[in-house]
Amino acid sequence: MDDYKVKVKDLSLRYGTNLALKNISMDIPEKKVTAFIGPSGCGKSTFLRTLNRMNDLIDNVTIEGEVYIDNINIYDKNIDVVNLRKKVGMIFQKSNPFAKSVYDNIAFGPRINGISQKSVLDEIVERSLKQAAIWDEVKDRLFHSALSLSGGQQQRICIARSLAVNPEIILMDEPASALDPISTAKIEELIHELKKEYTIIIVTHNMQQAARTSDLTALFYLGDLIEMNRTEIIFSNPAKKQTEDYISGRFG
Amino acid sequence: MYKVPGRIKNKNKETLQQMASFNKKKFRFSDWLAEKVIKAVAFLSIAVVILIFIFVFREAFPIFKMDSKSAAPTETLVQESYGGAETENSKVKTVDNKIASSNKKQTSSDKPSTSLFSNTWMPVSDNPRYGLWPLFLGTLKVTLIALLFAAPISILAAIYTAMFAKPRIREIIKPVIELLAGFPSVVIGFFALMVMATVLQNIFGYASRLNAFVGGIAMGLAAIPIIYTLTEDALTAIPKTFIEASLGLGASRRQTAFYVILPAAVPGIFAAVVLGLGRIFGETMIALMATGNAAMISMNPFDSVRTLSATIGAEMAEVVFGDTHYNVLFLIGSLLFIFTFALNAVAEFYFKNVVIRKYQSKK
Repeated sequence: MDDYKVKVKDLSLRYGTNLALKNISMDIPEKKVTAFIGPSGCGKSTFLRTLNRMNDLIDNVTIEGEVYIDNINIYDKNIDVVNLRKKVGMIFQKSNPFAKSVYDNIAFGPRINGISQKSVLDEIVERSLKQAAIWDEVKDRLFHSALSLSGGQQQRICIARSLAVNPEIILMDEPASALDPISTAKIEELIHELKKEYTIIIVTHNMQQAARTSDLTALFYLGDLIEMNRTEIIFSNPAKKQTEDYISGRFG
Repeated sequence: MYKVPGRIKNKNKETLQQMASFNKKKFRFSDWLAEKVIKAVAFLSIAVVILIFIFVFREAFPIFKMDSKSAAPTETLVQESYGGAETENSKVKTVDNKIASSNKKQTSSDKPSTSLFSNTWMPVSDNPRYGLWPLFLGTLKVTLIALLFAAPISILAAIYTAMFAKPRIREIIKPVIELLAGFPSVVIGFFALMVMATVLQNIFGYASRLNAFVGGIAMGLAAIPIIYTLTEDALTAIPKTFIEASLGLGASRRQTAFYVILPAAVPGIFAAVVLGLGRIFGETMIALMATGNAAMISMNPFDSVRTLSATIGAEMAEVVFGDTHYNVLFLIGSLLFIFTFALNAVAEFYFKNVVIRKYQSKK
């Protein structure tokens, strides 16, 4: 009926009694980059985390509404959260490779899925690292600790790690906010490459980054979705005054 | 309109300048005093440890010097006395002198130090033998049983509370297990002696009611809170980002616990087990009450055993002051001291060096 990968209907989220997301509805298309922007505390990261049920880890969270991924409501009682998260990967703000070798980091996902054959793992590791554009940098030190790499490299290792479980959607929570401009540029380039095969949703504080990388942009403010549209339109001719004010730096 | 505050009045300015002048060192008495007092207390505690160390070793030392098993002649016997280290010191000296003099007129060629490696512990027979092997073996057996019992239980309990339990349940379980650490060991020993021994005998049907198995289980109970608490700390110290990363990759909670958190916490868990081991090793009261106290060489876990610490506990009160037996007990004390010291040192240094280098050095 439609080709939207993710459909959100009237999603509200509460931390205790505090309403953090108010009746959000949006549709996210497949194999595009969708950026969420907005000031700190506006709920964009919280919203991102509802898309692979990462908020389940936090106590005291109540969620109302529906999120459909491939037309399946992921807040249905019968949903297998573990398999959902295999399909919807996540990259965090602070790179978080395990204190293991680069190889073991990438192979972690396949291994927990029961792949133990060395040749298959080798292939997955190489493919994932190549996809994450870090193969050339680490191919000689696959068995060194991932923590010995630079911050930017660690973040790309994390991206490679999530690619290794073959997700369809990749959620990125400010993936470049702790990185220098060169590493940031590499991550952005990578996002551009990855969108050919994956649906990418990215939260960012950096509006230029949203403008550069995304196809669609959504502005959040105090738990409300203010406006969502094609990125060129948001940045050149937004429908709402609030959006215009925010992107021109007048508030937020 | 905003008014720029005027200059500070001259008089105030002078006092301020005086207060803040840094061209001359100022003596601050209370700071000096506090520093010295703290320093003194710190050194005092170190000194106490070292002095105890020296005392125990000094009392053990004559065993290697003596050539005779008959140490102090009857007329030089000193009334046995316990505690009161200050008065003992002087007495010990005189006893040592008398031993030295008695050594000259020894007749037997049996060195007591050679009997240390024999297979019998019979310190009060006419022909006393001080073989430490049965005691070592007994300690080893009990420790092993206790550790095999306590370590898996406490580690699994820690994994459960750190990883799976709901906060409410966690808040009940954690303090309850930690409360067990405050149990006087004599109470655990009493429980083992009166209740556990009978129950376990009925279940397993072994011959001697009090044995290494019962003692080991009881000592395991004493070690569980230590191993549990430290393991739990090690597990919860693993950064939350690891957990998120693992769950985000589609790992289940079990997979996250066993493949991500547990490996990362291994050094901490190792330290916890070693400290628990130290506790078991030095545990006296439970050993005394629940192990049967028979010094024999046997590999059967259901035979009675006598541990090193229980030997001191049981015999120190009845030993002749300055006798070979007395020295041997101190030798056992020094061995216990060295072992526990080594265990704690390993736990401490291994933990500090490996854990911190591996997991905390990078950011």
